[in-house]
Amino acid sequence: MKKLSARRRHPLAAVVVLLLALAATGGLYAAFAPAGKAQADETAQSLAIEEGKKLYAVGCASCHGTGGQGSTDGPSLVGVGSAAVDFQVSTGRMPAQQPGVQVPKKPVIYEQAQIDQLAAYIASLGAGPIVPTEKQYDPAGANIARGGELFRNNCAQCHNFTGEGGALTNGKYAPNLEGVSPKHIYEAMLTGPQNMPSFPDSTMPTKEKKDIIAYLEHVNGDKSTSPGGLKLGGLGPVSEGLFGWIFGLGALIAVAVWVAAHTAKAKKS
Amino acid sequence: MSTATDTKRPAPSKGERVADWADGRLGIYSLAKSNMRKIFPDHWSFMLGEICLYSFIIIILTGVYLTLFFHPSMNEVVYHGSYVPMQGVQMSEAFASTLNISFEVRGGLLIRQIHHWAALIFVAAMLVHMMRVFFTGAFRKPREVNWIFGFLLLVLGMFTGFTGYSLPDDLLSGTGVRFMEGAILSVPIVGTYLSFFLFGGEFPGGDFVARFYSIHILLLPGIMMGLLVAHLILVFYHKHTQFAGPGKTNNNVVGMPLLPVYMAKAGGFFFLVFGVIAAIAAVASINPIWALGPYRPDHVSTGAQPDWYMGFSEGLIRAMPGWEINLWGHTLVLGVFIPLVIFPLVLATIAVYPFIESWVTGDKREHHILDRPRNVPTRTAFGVAWLTWYVILLIAGGNDMFAQYFHLSINNITWFARIGFFVGPVIAFVITKRICLGLQRRDRDKVLHGRETGIIKRLPHGEFVEIHEPLTQGKLHTLTAHEQYKPVEIGPTVDENGVERKVGRMEKLRAKLSKGYYAEDSQIPKPTVEEYKEIQSGHGHH
Repeated sequence: MKKLSARRRHPLAAVVVLLLALAATGGLYAAFAPAGKAQADETAQSLAIEEGKKLYAVGCASCHGTGGQGSTDGPSLVGVGSAAVDFQVSTGRMPAQQPGVQVPKKPVIYEQAQIDQLAAYIASLGAGPIVPTEKQYDPAGANIARGGELFRNNCAQCHNFTGEGGALTNGKYAPNLEGVSPKHIYEAMLTGPQNMPSFPDSTMPTKEKKDIIAYLEHVNGDKSTSPGGLKLGGLGPVSEGLFGWIFGLGALIAVAVWVAAHTAKAKKS
Repeated sequence: MSTATDTKRPAPSKGERVADWADGRLGIYSLAKSNMRKIFPDHWSFMLGEICLYSFIIIILTGVYLTLFFHPSMNEVVYHGSYVPMQGVQMSEAFASTLNISFEVRGGLLIRQIHHWAALIFVAAMLVHMMRVFFTGAFRKPREVNWIFGFLLLVLGMFTGFTGYSLPDDLLSGTGVRFMEGAILSVPIVGTYLSFFLFGGEFPGGDFVARFYSIHILLLPGIMMGLLVAHLILVFYHKHTQFAGPGKTNNNVVGMPLLPVYMAKAGGFFFLVFGVIAAIAAVASINPIWALGPYRPDHVSTGAQPDWYMGFSEGLIRAMPGWEINLWGHTLVLGVFIPLVIFPLVLATIAVYPFIESWVTGDKREHHILDRPRNVPTRTAFGVAWLTWYVILLIAGGNDMFAQYFHLSINNITWFARIGFFVGPVIAFVITKRICLGLQRRDRDKVLHGRETGIIKRLPHGEFVEIHEPLTQGKLHTLTAHEQYKPVEIGPTVDENGVERKVGRMEKLRAKLSKGYYAEDSQIPKPTVEEYKEIQSGHGHH
């Protein structure tokens, strides 16, 4: 310490102090400052966004714009959220084949990992509904009867009593819900794709969505049964009437022709 | 006859004794004697009425079973039965008891489905039966009254069906009842009163299931039963019509006796009808009310249609633009009221046709020989035009289904129905008439030149000819048996004293319409014996 204090008046002392101070500040800064760019690139999230952006540029940008801002051919994707992307892309609706009144379901062309990357990129454009976790949409233990009531109250107007689908104006339609996975039903309710209104958690809590999913699984799922026999599409009187005319009356007329053709022959002699 | 047999007359058999007992009290001998050997002609189309009769019987039998378990009450209950998706749901007792019939009552679901399928087939068979009678001219004198009876049975069948469809108080039928209420409300001035009277207050109230129940199981079937008996009595009284053929005239009936031939055939046919309907009910679901849910006025589903026989009324509403007039604080809902007015008109159009035809043609004679549809082109064309009208309305009634399953725009289908409502019948009329005339020409050719055999013959000088095989005598008779009429003329307008008679507008109209039936461009003259002889003698060899 004596040496230091003896030389504190040295002409270079100020320079040394300045260098030390700079080194300390720089070191502290280096130690405590937020992660720099090079280091941040290592996280999965930003990698996904990067990859998603590349996929987006190839598959989506022609209609939705290079930055998701939308164009005359497609709506803006800012704020639609990852749930919307997951629904649209993993049901094959997006990317759309051609413009039309409504984009139909198609075979899915992306893998789930790619869909997640696209979803991450779109989510990074603005906050929106997030892809639900299995805990949110798993219908186990939900109230089927309550779901039925909710379905008839909110969904049947377009999707029919048991979700067989229905026609909307000018060629648009509410699709058949048979075989649609619980996750996609949940996402559709959450985001309101195409002509469908959205049912965010503020108007329809997760529990009610689960009830609806449970009801659909029960009446229009893979394991649902039709106690009365052939369901005839579950469409009601139109298909029943056609069936009755063709197979009911048709069969009876065929029988009548058969009976009439087998008549007692008058005895010859 | 020896005296020995007379004195030793064998003791009457058991059957004889029973018959004798019954005859002494009921006088069945003369009744049986005149009817047991009653002759009926044979043709498959004459059995369409039987399909109606048997499906009606099946409906009554199954309906009685259903009344044992159905509770026609609108009291609110909470369901605790075995169908999971309805457990804990509030519903009317009517709906709960229908669920009970479907899931708890032994055989209940099958009986319900037989009842409903039989109802659809009953009305369909009545329509087809009616069309058979129409196109063959079986409605002509003396059968006009029976035509009206049959028509009333069809209309009553439609309404019995509608009230039955409404009874379970499910979401689908409730929407149908709401539809009906709307139609009643659209009636100017009295609509609201009628609606309140029918529902015992504001819709849906607590009464309509019980009221519809009385109408469905008692009032309408009772009237139908009476009409049905009258219909059958008249069939016996008039004797059955028959198609033209050798040995068949306007004064005889050629066929088989009621007993034993038709008793066996009809009895067997009943079981065949029952079997077919039961088989359909066993494999195909109908009106699965458990999937539809109970009716609540705040619920509605897409794809809500009535059963097919009411489909044309649905079509009228769906095709009609939603016009309305607002005057002095009142609304006249033309979009609903006009369809309500057209609904009975559609039905009446076909019902009054026989009377119009007999007026136009002036034909007041009895007819027991049926027409082949082609030989009466105007009537046939009218019938097809009416059917086209009806089918276009049915398509309009199911416009959402057609849109969904054929990937069409519902708006386009509605426009198709709107234009088709006016244009379709006209096109159908013109085309059908042309086809009939073409078939008449074909018949004429067949009579004069024989049947084309498809055998080509080469003549010695190298010419190829097709061999025409002459028709049998019986076939020639059948093809030329129909009468051809002359159009009604407006008689002399000046009588023998030179006084001018005034020709009324109706008379002119009638003459004009009559020309439409029988003028030269509306029927092909059937070949005469002279023409036939001349051609057969070799002059006109083809």
